[in-house]
Amino acid sequence: MGRYVLRRLLQAVPVFIGTTFLIFALVFAIPGDPIRALSGDRPVSPGTVAALRAEYHLDDPLLVQYGKYMVGLAHGDFGKSFTGRPVSSIMAERFPVTIRLALVAFVFELVIGLLAGIVAALRRRSFADTLVLVTTTLIVSIPVFVLGFTLQLLLGVKAGWFPVAGTADGWYSYLLPGLVLAALSLASVARLTRTSLVENLRSDYVRTATAKGLSRRRVVGRHALRNSLIPVVTYLGIDLGSLMAGAIVTEGIFNLPGIGQQVYLSVRNQEGPVVVGIVTALVLVFIVANLVVDVLYAVLDPRIRYE
Amino acid sequence: MTRTFPNEAAGEAEVGAAVLEVRDLRVEFRTRDGVVSAVNGVSYAVDRGEALAVLGESGSGKSVSAQAVMGLIDSPPGFVTGGSILYRGRDVLTMAEEEQRELRGRKIAMIFQDALSALNPVFSVGDQIAEMYRVHEGMSRAEAHRRAVEMMDRVHIPSAAERYGDYPHQFSGGMRQRIMIAMALALGPDVLIADEPTTALDVTVQAQIMDLLAELQRENEMALILITHDLGVVADVADRIAVMYAGRIVETGTVRDIYRNPAHPYTEGLLRSIPRVDQKGKELTPIAGAPPNLARIPSGCPFHPRCPYVRDNCRVDVPPLREVLPGRHAACHYAEEVLS
Amino acid sequence: MSDTVARVETAGTPPGPVTEDAAGRHASLWGDAWRELRHDTLFVISAVVVLVLVVMAAFPRLFTSKDPRACDLGLSLRPPSAQHWFGTDILGCDYYARVIYGARVSITVGILTTVAAVVIALVLGSLAGYYSGFVDSLIARVTDIMFGVPFILGAIVLLTVFSSRGLTQVVIVLVMLGWPTMTRLVRSSVLSVRDMDYVKAAKALGAGDTRILVRHITPNALAPVIVYATIYIGIVIATEATLSFLGVGLQLPAISWGLMISDAQYRIADSPHLLLFPGVFLSLTVLSFILMGDALRDALDPKLR
Repeated sequence: MGRYVLRRLLQAVPVFIGTTFLIFALVFAIPGDPIRALSGDRPVSPGTVAALRAEYHLDDPLLVQYGKYMVGLAHGDFGKSFTGRPVSSIMAERFPVTIRLALVAFVFELVIGLLAGIVAALRRRSFADTLVLVTTTLIVSIPVFVLGFTLQLLLGVKAGWFPVAGTADGWYSYLLPGLVLAALSLASVARLTRTSLVENLRSDYVRTATAKGLSRRRVVGRHALRNSLIPVVTYLGIDLGSLMAGAIVTEGIFNLPGIGQQVYLSVRNQEGPVVVGIVTALVLVFIVANLVVDVLYAVLDPRIRYE
Repeated sequence: MTRTFPNEAAGEAEVGAAVLEVRDLRVEFRTRDGVVSAVNGVSYAVDRGEALAVLGESGSGKSVSAQAVMGLIDSPPGFVTGGSILYRGRDVLTMAEEEQRELRGRKIAMIFQDALSALNPVFSVGDQIAEMYRVHEGMSRAEAHRRAVEMMDRVHIPSAAERYGDYPHQFSGGMRQRIMIAMALALGPDVLIADEPTTALDVTVQAQIMDLLAELQRENEMALILITHDLGVVADVADRIAVMYAGRIVETGTVRDIYRNPAHPYTEGLLRSIPRVDQKGKELTPIAGAPPNLARIPSGCPFHPRCPYVRDNCRVDVPPLREVLPGRHAACHYAEEVLS
Repeated sequence: MSDTVARVETAGTPPGPVTEDAAGRHASLWGDAWRELRHDTLFVISAVVVLVLVVMAAFPRLFTSKDPRACDLGLSLRPPSAQHWFGTDILGCDYYARVIYGARVSITVGILTTVAAVVIALVLGSLAGYYSGFVDSLIARVTDIMFGVPFILGAIVLLTVFSSRGLTQVVIVLVMLGWPTMTRLVRSSVLSVRDMDYVKAAKALGAGDTRILVRHITPNALAPVIVYATIYIGIVIATEATLSFLGVGLQLPAISWGLMISDAQYRIADSPHLLLFPGVFLSLTVLSFILMGDALRDALDPKLR
């Protein structure tokens, strides 16, 4: 187990270096002045340009630039906005909102997604199964921003069941955005759980469990489900990336002052450095989260652990 | 010693009666391409301490009939459409689900061909054996652990206590099959059904596993139903043989009698197609043709398209299973001719 | 049960010598799939929708005679009516015409991106799968790194640095981020075909690597790629719309469904038609490609039948 974790850690190092270099190179090493590119159409004073050039060490050779940039990342330095505010402090301020939203979404995803998947798998070809199949296909086809505006309009504005925007109502304000954010992943979790459980229910060891005289509940709940969760957990790691993108859209639509909304606003206001800084941080979170999922995978599946 | 057929075996449970008896069992699978009759009126019985081999090719219905006994037939598409399965004279098929479950594992146990896929990959082998004691006997964790290690010892797993926490993929094929056997025999069942238990193993390991099964059967005085397509495996362990073809039993008898002088052309073909020590130098001849499609079983005797003895009436009349010699039954119109 | 089922599946195929060559099995796989697909209602419906959308993208004038850019501020935000079936937008443009013309961006981005990604993937994936060794591990490391960047996040960063963004930039970025997944798929598919007997036979007969790859391996590894590519067109269309909605995709005066919804976002409560029509067209387009892909998978994968 220890060896496995160590190996995954070592494997993550080149990915980490490669990913940051990729972003860095594409942002700062493309032809033309990166500061000009990051500013978009906004007029930037020569003083700001000079400050930003110094901030990103743009007068150094490329590899030195990258080295200094990496040292900065290690110290939590994700760059500064045009007004000189560190991106890290912007993120720190907006972090709690995004965490709350992610938690609500995660609960929806797991509770509804798993439940729907299990019911569909156990009652294959029933009405419930068809319902899950049709609903998930529809959800997957509707882009998050379309779904977000639609639910905001129908359940928020028209029906008045949920707050339309903002966080004034505490956790309650997170319900609808959380559902919107969870929708896509929820559908995937449901489908994945169904497929995987159906497959496992046909497996030889489930037959053995039945032959052992175990109750149906134990056969499904302990033997089949435990194995079916392995791909679902793996999926959750990969899915974090689309959850982050979803958070940008969802927080933008529902006006939740989180990290995603900051990206949304910064894109609209052409605050290039803030966008790049935050997204880089999110990519790092994504890599770390996938490392955690890999370890979790090993906990769930002994075949991986002892490889 | 054994009552094999419904017309002979009385319905009432009497002292010395079969531990497990299958009577006129019928199983079909309703698929998109039509109804597949996997088992068409199969009857057999096993006594305490007796070993019955059910012999047949894949698709002959030998596994399906055993799965019906264990309630392992997926429904749909599989349905038991007739017959009865008597455990000590009581019909398993009409029992309440709860009662059936209690019987499974505790009284009737089963082991499978591929122990790697038959064991759950994510639980340690010890836990999987201990589960029997925890669920059926309600033992404490520690007690179940102790008993599981004992059981692993009994199937001769070296340093059993240390290997309790290991996972199935960490064992060799033979050791995995021993684990399966330990799990199946954990509660000392009366009947063990072994479905091709050695097919996936190396020849040397096969012999070890068969020896182990024979040893444990003797110790526990279990009835053993050995399902196999391997005539070699049968000879060493089984007392009696039931040969299956196209979902029917076509011949029964003691191992010695059948080997010496088969009464059904199919059995005869099987014996000719394998090398035998007692008939060195004889040419091997495979059975002509292919096994029947169970969705379209041939009319009359299902073996007639491949039979060297075939006559006109074979294509029309289904031969009943009849006593052709004392203690010998065969389903062939011309069994006497085959015998001589 | 297992042996019965096996018997049922092989029923009707008499055991005979396996003589079919790669081309023969190829033809029969697609032939079988086609027969299956023709009777699949969902496939037929989604294929028809896709066909209509492609025609809409190529010849929008077949569907509307109005100019989507001829606007009348006096007609701003009118609800749907006989003159304006889908109403008008903030600038008073005919919304129906705009929605129709919007198909062009979606279909173009979807197909261009997917074709480019598939071509890259076929080349790199075939090389990686066929040669293993250094080429394989190099490509594997690069895809590993690319997988470290979530699709939309990567696109946001990359597109932020383009000062002017049009169709070309969006397609380039989507291809850059999209090829790794597809390449992995081709690689694993090639790996599974590489060791088949007919490939070994071709090798034994002295066929060169190129010939084996082009004639025998790639065509047979194609089925899963085509399934995924079909679904991928839908994913790309949704992504383009999302990026345009966020403001890092296409810019005005381009006509894109994502951009239309983005433009309308503060008016949705009063004029829901601004969300409804592009939203429905967008979702329907994505749905059609996904359904087509699903049907293709079912038809091409006999194991799932």
